[in-house]
Amino acid sequence: MKPRTRRLGWILGGLAVLGVAAAMVLNAFRSNLVFFYTPTQIAAKEAPQGRPFRVGGLVESGSLTREPNTLIVHFRVTDTAKTIPVTYTGLLPDLFKEGKGVVAQGTLGADGIFHASEVLAKHDENYMPPAAADAVKQAHEGMTMKSLVQTQEGGR
Amino acid sequence: MIPELGHFALILALLVALAQAILPLVGAAFDQPRLMALARPAARAQFLLVALAFGCLAASFVANDFSVQNVASNSNSELPLHYRVAATWGSHEGSLLLWTLMLSGWTLAVSIFSRNLPQALLARVVSVMGLVSVGFLLFLLFTSNPFERLLPPAPEGRDLNPLLQDPGMVFHPPLLYMGYVGFSVAFSFAIAALIGGRLDATWARWSRPWTTVAWAFLTVGIALGSGWAYYTLGWGGWWFWDPVENASFMPWLTGTALIHSLAVTEKRGVFRSWTVLLAILAFSLSLLGTFLVRSGVLTSVHAFATDPARGIFILAFLALVIGGSLTLFAWRAGAVGLGGGFELISRESSLLANNILLVVAMASVLLGTLYPLFLDALNLGKISVGLPYFDAVFYPLLAPAVFLMGVGPVTRWRNAPLPELAARLKWALAVAIVTALLLPWVLGRWTPLIALGLFLALWIVTSTIVNLRQRLQSSHRRGLLAKLAANSTSYYGMLLAHLGVAVFIVGVTLVKGYESEQDVRLDTGGSVTAGAYEFRFLGVTPGPGPNYRALTGTVEVRKDGQLIETLRPEKRIYNASGQPMTIAAISTGILGDRYVSLGEPLANDDVRGAWGVRIYLKPFVDWIWVGAFIMALGGFLAVSDRRYRLAVRRRDAPASDAAASVAAAE
Repeated sequence: MKPRTRRLGWILGGLAVLGVAAAMVLNAFRSNLVFFYTPTQIAAKEAPQGRPFRVGGLVESGSLTREPNTLIVHFRVTDTAKTIPVTYTGLLPDLFKEGKGVVAQGTLGADGIFHASEVLAKHDENYMPPAAADAVKQAHEGMTMKSLVQTQEGGR
Repeated sequence: MIPELGHFALILALLVALAQAILPLVGAAFDQPRLMALARPAARAQFLLVALAFGCLAASFVANDFSVQNVASNSNSELPLHYRVAATWGSHEGSLLLWTLMLSGWTLAVSIFSRNLPQALLARVVSVMGLVSVGFLLFLLFTSNPFERLLPPAPEGRDLNPLLQDPGMVFHPPLLYMGYVGFSVAFSFAIAALIGGRLDATWARWSRPWTTVAWAFLTVGIALGSGWAYYTLGWGGWWFWDPVENASFMPWLTGTALIHSLAVTEKRGVFRSWTVLLAILAFSLSLLGTFLVRSGVLTSVHAFATDPARGIFILAFLALVIGGSLTLFAWRAGAVGLGGGFELISRESSLLANNILLVVAMASVLLGTLYPLFLDALNLGKISVGLPYFDAVFYPLLAPAVFLMGVGPVTRWRNAPLPELAARLKWALAVAIVTALLLPWVLGRWTPLIALGLFLALWIVTSTIVNLRQRLQSSHRRGLLAKLAANSTSYYGMLLAHLGVAVFIVGVTLVKGYESEQDVRLDTGGSVTAGAYEFRFLGVTPGPGPNYRALTGTVEVRKDGQLIETLRPEKRIYNASGQPMTIAAISTGILGDRYVSLGEPLANDDVRGAWGVRIYLKPFVDWIWVGAFIMALGGFLAVSDRRYRLAVRRRDAPASDAAASVAAAE
């Protein structure tokens, strides 16, 4: 093989491998993005049903109940304007408390209840998850942001 | 007085760093030996000054001087002494001071151990490190002064984050920073080579040991962080793809590519531009990691800082370093040259493929880490990228890379005909495949992923045996010991590091394949079965700790009705902060861990009532960290190679002579 042909082969081969790798990465990326919605957005039916997403806000005071003899818990997440009921099976994190910030990941059921597969509270007493803080702030300013993300969702 | 002394030492260090950054560089440009000779004393003076500042901060922590803001926010008089010392680097300011201390330490080490370096090269290397130091000292002094006074002094400190009150956290940051900052040496060598326009095998041999040591430290640092997460966060995970972890993993991936590409540059003189680019990239990612963790852009336990001025400063610094060095690269890469050619199937090409896979893997982590931040910063919505993305990307990218780990070391440089290569490796391949297919049946459950993981681990082992056997057979010496001694320690270091990867893969594969996780509700006296074990919960008892109150659970573990151990997981409430903390009870063994942690009290009476308890079996999980330590050990072993020291002893020998001796040793 001539050196020039060989070099061309190298470059083409390398580009092909990189192209496949990039396509694979981007595809995995697209199908694994988890979007975030505030309780107000969910109340306005902006959140998708069936697809997992995250909801954030404060755990409403007095809303936490446990079903006896199981690990099933119910609580409500509020951004001070709207609330959404959440149900979760499992152990809650150390810093989960009524009145404190929380982020839950899961799916919205047809019954309007958010079925969480994961509940996150952050590792510092004085610290509120930014997503939760944002939800509260947005609710205060009375705006529901139509994000680019949702426009894409609609267009798909 | 002591804090002011420290502050003053930092200011002096900045002045020295400025001199160190400018004068030797100018000297090298205009061939002024007297200016270049300033590099060494400047490096020494800077190290002493930064060490003095660091000592002053540590002394303030030990003495509980709550008139210092940093101490008041991150320590407490109840905190045990060793954690007060560790609290020195537990805060944003303190950890940046540690960063700077490490940097000046590495600079000092370079100035001491590189006496054989041409004066101009050493001057440039030390200057570039001085420039980086200037950036960090400015940052410390203007945005994050660790010696800030608090008036009036606080009567008591706010305490160190309980999560950081742990032996793992005492060592994790310094080791991680040793790695991060260590890449600054490779970076400085690369920049010096670009400025000087000379980059050859000798250059690669000089920068190689530094890079390998930095990589080894980074490996241990990451492993400690992962181990810490496993036993402190209380839910048994060892890697979360958290942005903070990614921040340290990206330089590691790039650094791994860099040490391999440096090997090729040293042995064969090729991949020069690529090596330089990787060196720039590895250090840039270290800086990016520091930025991500320290500027408060992330929402994680490591991000204590929330001051936007800091973020902007680091971002500007980052842009300057990365932009500047890439511009220099674009301008000067031509002078450095590409080096010779090689065939499609050769050790060069397998290392190149490996490099590309590692860099693509790094890029995919970068995408998953930065994209959510960009969207958020541009107000386009909040998203998160979860575990499934990284799983989907990493298996297909790293599986071929690991396969190449077996092929590469057996393959000849320049040109390796495929039939010959296949003949050499066929038994290794056959043994690995057959064993990997059968072993999961024996272990209890067969899945393609388990078989694949085991195959990759076994493949590394069998191909390593083939490699070693071949080396010994081709040796002309008599006797096994003499044959073994004929190989360089860097060769054994490479084998050891590769075996470490095999051990790591076994750990990951088996823990992912066979772990059992149960979150259960247990009344006092209740029990649950996991695998061959029965766990019986005997309730909790309250008790005091040095600076916390604890509820200690008692869990008896039985196998075949026999009591084999009693585990005592804890729930702590720290006095100063009121923060709760879960301390898991872990029974460690070579075949796996039994892991028990207390969730939460489910009844109103938290002493006598039912609790949510996590009962996990983690087979072979410790192999993950042992594997990482073996990798690092391999790195240190490789650096102890004679040829790196030989060059030091014969400091007056011309560079070409030293290069010839290495070529002969090969």
